[in-house]
Amino acid sequence: MHVVVCIKQVPDTTEVRIDPKTNTLVRAGVPSIMNPYDIHAVEEAVRIKEQVGGKVTVITMGPPAAVQVLKEAVSLGADETVLVTDRVFAASDTFATSYVLASTIQKIAGSEPVDLIFAGKQAIDGDTAQTGPGIAQRMNLPLLTYVEKVRSIDVENKKIVVERRLEGSKQIVESTLPALLTVEKEINDVRYATLPNLIKAATHNPKAWDHTVIEADRTKVGLKGSPTRVGRSFVQQLTNEPGEIIEGTPQEAVVSLVDKLFAEGHLVADR
Amino acid sequence: MSEERFDVIVVGAGPAGLAAAYTMAQAGLEVIVIERGDYPGAKNVMGGVVYRRPTEDVFPDFWQGKSSPVERNIVKQSLWLMNKDAAFSIGYGSAQFKAEEGYNAFTVLRAKFDQWMAAQVEEAGAIIINETTVTDLIMEHGKVVGVRTSRDDGDLYADLVIVAQGVNNLLVQQVGLGVDLKASQAAVAVKEIIALPTGVIEDRFNLEKGEGATIELVGESTMGLTGTAFIYTNKDSLSIGAGALVSQVQQKGVNPNDILENLKEHPMVKPLIAGGETKEYMAHLIPEGGYHAMPKVYADGVMVVGDAAQMVNGMHREGSNLAITSGKLAGLTAIEAKERGDYSSKTLSRYQQRLEESFVLKDLKKYRNLSHFIDDNTHLFTEYPEMVLAASHELMTVDGTPKGDKFKAMFDMVKSKRSLWQITTDLYKGWRAVK
Ligand SMILES: Cc1cc2nc3c(=O)[nH]c(=O)nc-3n(C[C@H](O)[C@H](O)[C@H](O)COP(=O)(O)OP(=O)(O)OC[C@H]3O[C@@H](n4cnc5c(N)ncnc54)[C@H](O)[C@@H]3O)c2cc1C
Repeated sequence: MHVVVCIKQVPDTTEVRIDPKTNTLVRAGVPSIMNPYDIHAVEEAVRIKEQVGGKVTVITMGPPAAVQVLKEAVSLGADETVLVTDRVFAASDTFATSYVLASTIQKIAGSEPVDLIFAGKQAIDGDTAQTGPGIAQRMNLPLLTYVEKVRSIDVENKKIVVERRLEGSKQIVESTLPALLTVEKEINDVRYATLPNLIKAATHNPKAWDHTVIEADRTKVGLKGSPTRVGRSFVQQLTNEPGEIIEGTPQEAVVSLVDKLFAEGHLVADR
Repeated sequence: MSEERFDVIVVGAGPAGLAAAYTMAQAGLEVIVIERGDYPGAKNVMGGVVYRRPTEDVFPDFWQGKSSPVERNIVKQSLWLMNKDAAFSIGYGSAQFKAEEGYNAFTVLRAKFDQWMAAQVEEAGAIIINETTVTDLIMEHGKVVGVRTSRDDGDLYADLVIVAQGVNNLLVQQVGLGVDLKASQAAVAVKEIIALPTGVIEDRFNLEKGEGATIELVGESTMGLTGTAFIYTNKDSLSIGAGALVSQVQQKGVNPNDILENLKEHPMVKPLIAGGETKEYMAHLIPEGGYHAMPKVYADGVMVVGDAAQMVNGMHREGSNLAITSGKLAGLTAIEAKERGDYSSKTLSRYQQRLEESFVLKDLKKYRNLSHFIDDNTHLFTEYPEMVLAASHELMTVDGTPKGDKFKAMFDMVKSKRSLWQITTDLYKGWRAVK
């Protein structure tokens, strides 16, 4: 079983502030971490390897500093890692990123067939939840999002059964392999790294691939390959103004509330 | 158990452990450092003054260049004797300290300083593993052969273990090299980092750009307990702290936080820190037992360096330099042991010899009786500061009293506090203690 996990290095959003003037994230001095959902994806891949045997390859697209999260993945039990890094990738949106990652996985599969692909449910810096599905679409693979449990894997018949989280319920799905799964945090508890894995991580050197290695079309990456345009970003101001309490019987209160809503333009009469 | 084997395992990434690791890694030994903090320096506490020569001896040029971890070059140092509302200050500053070749000491913040040293150590080829606690030394046939850690699969073997775990040296006790510190052999210190703009610091301490100052404070600064307090200037913060013997803190039922709060409210201190924002608060022990409290520093397969071996010269607030130098000397000994393929106590006794030949044991021996002397004479921290301050007050107050009468009043005041015989005895004993 060869499992590939796509991870991302993100700013620790619990420590990010917003610049009140430009309405953009202040990233300076904010520590970089592995996207929290991705940690669970790596853990699940390692658990599957432990259960059925095989190998875990972890990939990320990012700047050279992203080797840090790949090393962390090794400390969690990953075997091999690839950093896809190239100036031409800068400013890629989820559309272009999924192209880069899909090309990378195809390159890996060229020498060693891939049976299963993991990604986090979303990245905490953009919260789009688009990259994983984008990769599945590009590779024409079954997509299982919001997975909170892998029930069983049948290596011989190439089948997987998972539980997907839906609002207020769950869905049990069987799929053929290879497939792409995006995971919730509930899928597992991440175990502490063992000492041998920590030592391995400390000396680990990820492979670094640029766009030529993954045979990516330059026009499909970076700003050129990214259809997303940010129109405007603004900060939702939360005010602390005290609310108004409307007195009277329920009937009276409703009438006076509706009047107020009309008066302030929140409700408009339909003539 | 890890299949990796190392020549040496270093326990603790403080100045002592990192100096040892650096020395050995540079000579090509396979070295692994195990540190329990999130990163080296994460929770480490120091005033912190580091001394140029001993530090440079291991990490050349550490004070130079853009990535240097030092805060300010210290150009003047002073000592304040304090009572409740006054301070008598003496100090020494010199132009020599201002010229590069005369740089003598620097202030540092440990989080930055330790990480900087750790980066050098990694560059030299050693591995540093964080967030991992060594819980036991593994012994076989009376010889230390490895460490057990808090991690799963956490046993690790090596030819040699260097214990650099700082003042709480449980591992040293575990293998019978030393016993636990007595309450009279350790000081508990609390420290805050207070942020202030660079310019404000330079104005208040009368410094030129980039220069630093230190103040040691004795007397009311520790509420009369045996100990000292300090205020050091960093780039854009002050380090202010106070420490007192654990035995006294316990005896008098004083909360160490209150000592620091009391100090911050002192009328001579308050204006120095006014308007600053407290960024960090921390507490730590300092070994104060000196030479007599030292454990045996080597045995088969193991050496002990730095605070773990109680190598602190409290009188001169020196610890980092003894840590770094002892780490280096242990490192040199390890290199020899590797060459000989013999890590027995016979080879490792060279470490003890090296310490004896260096300032480390020479100084610790010289001051070996000082802590007893101070411990037995707590009035040094109460009566003498009071005397000096009362005398100074008398002298500084211009009120029409003839000077001759003033001197007589001062003399009477001193005698009323302590007889001349007692004072002579104090001086003699003090001199004996460092002779
Ligand atoms: C408030 C204060 C002010 C001081 N001021 C000065 C000063 O101005 N100048 C000066 O020279 N000295 C000063 N000292 C003394 C100086 O800090 C110490 O002497 C010096 O830090 C000793 O270095 P070390 O490497 O031996 O120990 P430490 O710096 O204590 O480092 C020990 C390391 O080991 C790690 N560790 C501990 N146990 C384990 C374990 N079981 N497993 C793994 N890792 C472990 C710790 O996390 C730590 O990183 C001061 C001390 C204090 C507390």
